[in-house]
Amino acid sequence: MTSPTPSAATPLEVTDETVAKSTTSTGPKGSESRSPGRLAWKRFKRDKTGVISAYVVIFFFVIAIAAPLIAKLYGKNPYTTYASQDPSLLDAFSYPAGPNGGMSSQFWFGIEPQLGRDVFTFLLYGIRTSLGIALAATILTVVVGVVVGITAGYLGGKTDYIVSRVIDILLSFPSTLFFIAFMPVVYGIFVAPDDNIPTWLRALALITVLTAFGWATIARLLRGQVLGLREREFVEAAKVTGASPMRIVFKELLPNLWTPIIIQGTLLLPTLVTAEAGLSFLGVGIIDPTPDWGVMIARGSTFYSQDLTFMLFPGVSMVLFVVAFNLLGDSVRDALDPKSKR
Amino acid sequence: MSNTNPLLDVSGLTKHFPIKGGFPIRRTVGAVQAVDGLDFQVSAGESLGLVGESGCGKSTTGRLITRLMEPTAGTIKYQGQDITHAGRKQLAPIRSEIQMIFQDPYASLNPRQTVGKIIAGPMEINDINPAGGREKRVRELLEIVGLNPEHFNRFPHEFSGGQRQRIGVARALALEPKLIVADEPVSALDVSIQAQVVNLLQKVQQELGIAFVFIAHDLAIVRHFSQRVAVMYLGKIMEIADREDLYDNPRHPYTRALLSAVPEATVDEEPRERIRLVGDVPSPINPPSGCRFRTRCWKATEKCASEAPPLVQVEGNKPGHLTACHYPETPETIPAPRLSKDPEAAA
Repeated sequence: MTSPTPSAATPLEVTDETVAKSTTSTGPKGSESRSPGRLAWKRFKRDKTGVISAYVVIFFFVIAIAAPLIAKLYGKNPYTTYASQDPSLLDAFSYPAGPNGGMSSQFWFGIEPQLGRDVFTFLLYGIRTSLGIALAATILTVVVGVVVGITAGYLGGKTDYIVSRVIDILLSFPSTLFFIAFMPVVYGIFVAPDDNIPTWLRALALITVLTAFGWATIARLLRGQVLGLREREFVEAAKVTGASPMRIVFKELLPNLWTPIIIQGTLLLPTLVTAEAGLSFLGVGIIDPTPDWGVMIARGSTFYSQDLTFMLFPGVSMVLFVVAFNLLGDSVRDALDPKSKR
Repeated sequence: MSNTNPLLDVSGLTKHFPIKGGFPIRRTVGAVQAVDGLDFQVSAGESLGLVGESGCGKSTTGRLITRLMEPTAGTIKYQGQDITHAGRKQLAPIRSEIQMIFQDPYASLNPRQTVGKIIAGPMEINDINPAGGREKRVRELLEIVGLNPEHFNRFPHEFSGGQRQRIGVARALALEPKLIVADEPVSALDVSIQAQVVNLLQKVQQELGIAFVFIAHDLAIVRHFSQRVAVMYLGKIMEIADREDLYDNPRHPYTRALLSAVPEATVDEEPRERIRLVGDVPSPINPPSGCRFRTRCWKATEKCASEAPPLVQVEGNKPGHLTACHYPETPETIPAPRLSKDPEAAA
């Protein structure tokens, strides 16, 4: 826990020392006031696991954002089949000719079997696609969940009842199965059966489906929080002064809900990264030749008995990212909500 | 009331909370009669104390006056204007004149807002821009309630319970109200702090001329603070009178019993005769017929069960002293020994 705050009013001690102290510290005292957010930040900075995980996560996001730049400096792209330009890269069985999956100073992470694409840029762009979709789905899920949850909790009554039943139904679905069954339907709505499905539509459909099944958990959690908060006296105090429902929700309730929202968001993102990769692996999400974490793992799984190296890079990087992000989520929760001891 | 134009005029105020039940179709199967037909007035600058046991409807009354709850029946008039069922927009001009101080200083301040924001909030909502800016006004208010004005950008968790309650008072004062409903403002504080906060409220009342509806269960504090006192029991006013009148000449058996239960500080005096009420407060879902107090009253007769006594000025009362009892107490009446007397005191 934090050190106790110096007592605000200590009129009984009028020794010279305290007078000197108070005169010197009046100025900074006012600005040094510790907001709950600042206290959480201080706690977070002390948590080594959290800080290291944060660096790992930031690293992943930076390389995802900077993928085109890195690829340019590196001089390759994820689409060119380098083996067709230089057949000596692959051996007679279409596996990389060099040792360790063809890793060399030219192809840092080796080359892909059969097609001979560059693994390093393929992974960079794959991370970019996967993180982009997962991030968009997370943001959308959180926004929908927050809006629905707060509305249901604050309005109560019939709205709350209907929303709660919808959440019950959604949560009782076996979501993975439903994704697999439902994705072709989503594509079917927009594209004729014989046409090629554009990549943007695949990404959009993934985001939509992940959101449609993700918001219920957050909405339920926030509904519960709001039910508790709206009976608190500070909400009544705001009502007595004539505050509008909008003001109560945004100025009184929402600041008290940031903690669960941030915690849920940080724990949701790695889940969605794996879910997105899983769907792509199963062939209902992003498909080859678009670089994607799931696509890469799916391809890797077809020849990992001959060439483990290709599987290793997307696999290890994904495990690293998901573990780091989950640890970060835990640390964020510990920092924001110190009372919930694991 | 001698004052013909009271600040707040409440008549027949009733609040019933419906009890829902039944399956498969939920319907109203009963009602908790939290407040059942209250009549009282509060004049400008006056403090009305509202006392009674837990669950007698004091807090509900406070929330009805501030219109946090919708009354089931009755009227609330503020300066002659009927606000019983006024909507948020209609209430807007009156909101700034009726403010509330809450019981729990730990729940009544938003933990995510600085003290400055909390106190400036009411001004922001009502779009009031005092001369010199809101921050200056916040500092002034903090000074009035005896806090360091430099603490305006601190957070509630950095303050003690008594200091938090002072912040609550400052927030209530921010709009320069004419009436403050104080819902047990000191019962969550320890005794030494209680005195400080009560004295602060008294200072505020006297210097700023604000009328108070002071809800409490501590008779001593109400006696200290309120010029007029209403005693409530099971959603009804049993007796309402000026302070001295009520404490020196209680006419309702319930008031008398309450007063006799106040602990005595002096040990040398003759032990005072104590009236011990037996049994529990009946359920407000199904209150007793006639007089609500009859189940615990030592004077109850058939008449009390069949006929609810009206709140009137009974014989021998001063003007403004209203009692709802068929058999009012007189200084001479001694409670019947049946169930009332303290056995030790009798021995």
